Amino acid sequence: MSAQTVVAPPTPTGQDLAVRPSWKAPIAFAVLALVALITFGILGESGQTSTFGISTSSDAWQIDPLALSSQPVALGLSLVCVVIAAYSAWLVRQGQSVPVWLTVLFAIAFVLAFLVWAVAGEQISFTSLLQGALALSVPLVFGALSGVLCERAGVINIAIEGQLLAGAFLSAVVATLTGSLYVGLLAAIVAGLLVAFVLAVFAIKYIVNQIIVGVVLNVLVLGVTNFLYGQLLAPEASTWNSPGTLPRVEIPLLSEIPVIGPVVFEQTIIVYAMYVTVILVQIALFRTRWGLRVRSVGEHPKAADTLGIKVNTVRFRNVLLGGAVAGLGGAFFTLGNVGAFSREMSAGQGFIALAAMIFGRWSPLGALGAALLFGFANNLQSVLGIIGTPIPSEFMLMLPYILTIFAVAGLVGRVRAPAADGEPYVKS
Amino acid sequence: MTDTLPPASAPEEERPEVPAEETFFQRFMRELTSGSILVTILSVVLALFIGALLIAASDPDVQDRASYFFSRPGDTLEAAWSAVSNAYSALFTGSIIDINEYTVGRALRPLAETATNAAPLIAAGLGVALAFRAGLFNIGAEGQIILGAILAGYVGFGMHLPTGLHLIVGVLAGIVGGAIWGGIVGLLKARTGAHEVIVTIMLNYVARFLIAYLLTTSAFQRPGASNPVSPIVDENAQLTRFFSDSRLHLGFVLVILAAFGVWWLLERSTMGFEFRAVGANPNAARTAGMSVSRTYIWVMLLAGGLAGLAGVMQVLGTERYLTAGISAGIGFDAITVALLGRASPWGTVAAGLLFGALRAGGVPMQASTGTPIDIIVVIQSLIVLFIAAPPLVRAIFRVPVRSAGQPVAGLQRGWGA
Repeated sequence: MSAQTVVAPPTPTGQDLAVRPSWKAPIAFAVLALVALITFGILGESGQTSTFGISTSSDAWQIDPLALSSQPVALGLSLVCVVIAAYSAWLVRQGQSVPVWLTVLFAIAFVLAFLVWAVAGEQISFTSLLQGALALSVPLVFGALSGVLCERAGVINIAIEGQLLAGAFLSAVVATLTGSLYVGLLAAIVAGLLVAFVLAVFAIKYIVNQIIVGVVLNVLVLGVTNFLYGQLLAPEASTWNSPGTLPRVEIPLLSEIPVIGPVVFEQTIIVYAMYVTVILVQIALFRTRWGLRVRSVGEHPKAADTLGIKVNTVRFRNVLLGGAVAGLGGAFFTLGNVGAFSREMSAGQGFIALAAMIFGRWSPLGALGAALLFGFANNLQSVLGIIGTPIPSEFMLMLPYILTIFAVAGLVGRVRAPAADGEPYVKS
Repeated sequence: MTDTLPPASAPEEERPEVPAEETFFQRFMRELTSGSILVTILSVVLALFIGALLIAASDPDVQDRASYFFSRPGDTLEAAWSAVSNAYSALFTGSIIDINEYTVGRALRPLAETATNAAPLIAAGLGVALAFRAGLFNIGAEGQIILGAILAGYVGFGMHLPTGLHLIVGVLAGIVGGAIWGGIVGLLKARTGAHEVIVTIMLNYVARFLIAYLLTTSAFQRPGASNPVSPIVDENAQLTRFFSDSRLHLGFVLVILAAFGVWWLLERSTMGFEFRAVGANPNAARTAGMSVSRTYIWVMLLAGGLAGLAGVMQVLGTERYLTAGISAGIGFDAITVALLGRASPWGTVAAGLLFGALRAGGVPMQASTGTPIDIIVVIQSLIVLFIAAPPLVRAIFRVPVRSAGQPVAGLQRGWGA
């Protein structure tokens, strides 16, 4: 009689947990491989070369730019795609599922084939392509980690966008006022914490729907930052909004490695913090007692409560932690990259971060991979936009969003959220 | 474990009409539909007050005088008062009535501007509210508006039809455009269980890039224009304007009709009953023989169509040509409008008028007092935030808990479901 039912309804399709491997991957591979074979290979312009710069001028070892004959190389790479598609079909036929590394391999071959085709007759620098991709990924990674921390504990964090924006804003203002970029970084964390605190209070204490709070918080942060920007930052930029950028720190020896060195080991402290945070969260979530508790709260809060875990305390802490992480990521927009705050600076990156988290299946490493992929696609679009390609840049920009729709619709492997994600816990 | 409990809930005997097995969603709906008016008003007051604090704190004049606050505090307060009262009175004269004008028509022009701004907000808000009632979160009004505007606009400037017919085809095309964009969400939800919040957010971006792309193509870009804008829609396809010196157009009538339609659908039709049943408890609805999947598809088709109508008003009524910013954030405001209207059709109309007034008054406020228009966004989001948490508002204003003191909660489902 008194038992309150908060059981989530079953999925409308009532899909069974697939025991048999799915044919979705081989079919998707086959379609994409055919596209590659026909567009990039057979229909590609013959007699063109695609040139990729490998070294930057500051590298210790200079490597000559790689000049590839466009059509044959694209053809070869698309044939690799065809072979992988055939192999995956054979695997499924044998009753085995398609391993992740095969998907990654397919993606790399497909992207390279596309690149060789798109760059035909032009030259791009491979290193700066990757550098730009990483720069665009940093806020995504932080945002996605924030999402992972919150949602693994069962609180949906739509407010990533607001946390990033708040971090970007406060870090710029505080860094300018105090004259210290590192105090600015701290301020970014505080800003993210503040937004997360409001989210936690409303979602956990007042049990307001988490999606509503998140959506409203995004709008609120946008409004407040825009208002203060118009009122203070824009008219008097020198007093409020000229923080400058963090210096790049070169890691000795490692930064000398061709391609990887300048991309990975010549970065600001925020990027190094990102590497550390990803690894820390991954280990903490899956290898420690703390992580087990967090995940149990996100999957089955009642059981966790029975075992003496304070469900809402764990959730509150995790939301705050997530906010701090996202706030730090927001500082990358200002202190790590541009050196000043501008209106609506996060520009929807928080939602792409949300997509990256889902695409990465709620795991830190997966989120990192997805964020890098999205950053790469975004940067590729702007690089190709400069040299001019057959594909309109708007379609490249759509890619992360369409991929995410496919992911949640189960068209590219099933994603599953923590079971109690979004359900408030009320002790009965 | 006191910290895990919700705040002060009323004793059981004071609200006997509430069954003990009430689910979160039912409670959400009850709170949405029967929440106290007092909390709504107090929320608006509180939001305006915080907005006033922001205006005062960021005003340069106030900051100057605050440097000698402790010797002459009156100066600071006076400056703060004048900053706030100037901004808010400009907001009022810009949205309701301009008493400095001498003719009645010109004095009431702000009111017409309010209605012009409110019309698309109400249409899109109705779409969000309708989806709410069926238990769906339609964050995608923005994208649905864009699709509606694309199709309506294309009919408007790309086709040349006789008077009357042109407008009808244009309006219908816009509604269909929005319905398609919403229908995708419903279909994916029904067939694969993809969560509508994620799909709608993603489709918003897809729509935004789609319109940006289309406006660079020869079919959509205005001949001779260097910036991405479409040609002006034909006279035949424009929503008629009522007055010569105001933008108020036929769309406002359409939106009132739409509100009536949604009210009839929800309260008087079988289909609306199914929507509400699915919203209240999908499992029970399924057990009762209703098709939950079909309901999801229909709800999202209709919700998208209503948002598409908002796009129609933007392109055929207010702006009369397509730009990449045609949706003007209406889709996001629509969410707050629907929440403020507590997901009821007439509540949404009232909330849409309020937000329309804020939008209409914001422009002259920025022009005359220099207060950035973004304060409107702050006030709007604060209103919704406070309304969502009645216990907080009650605590601030020390309003005693009389009846249902339960916080708003609802739609408590995970991403995957």
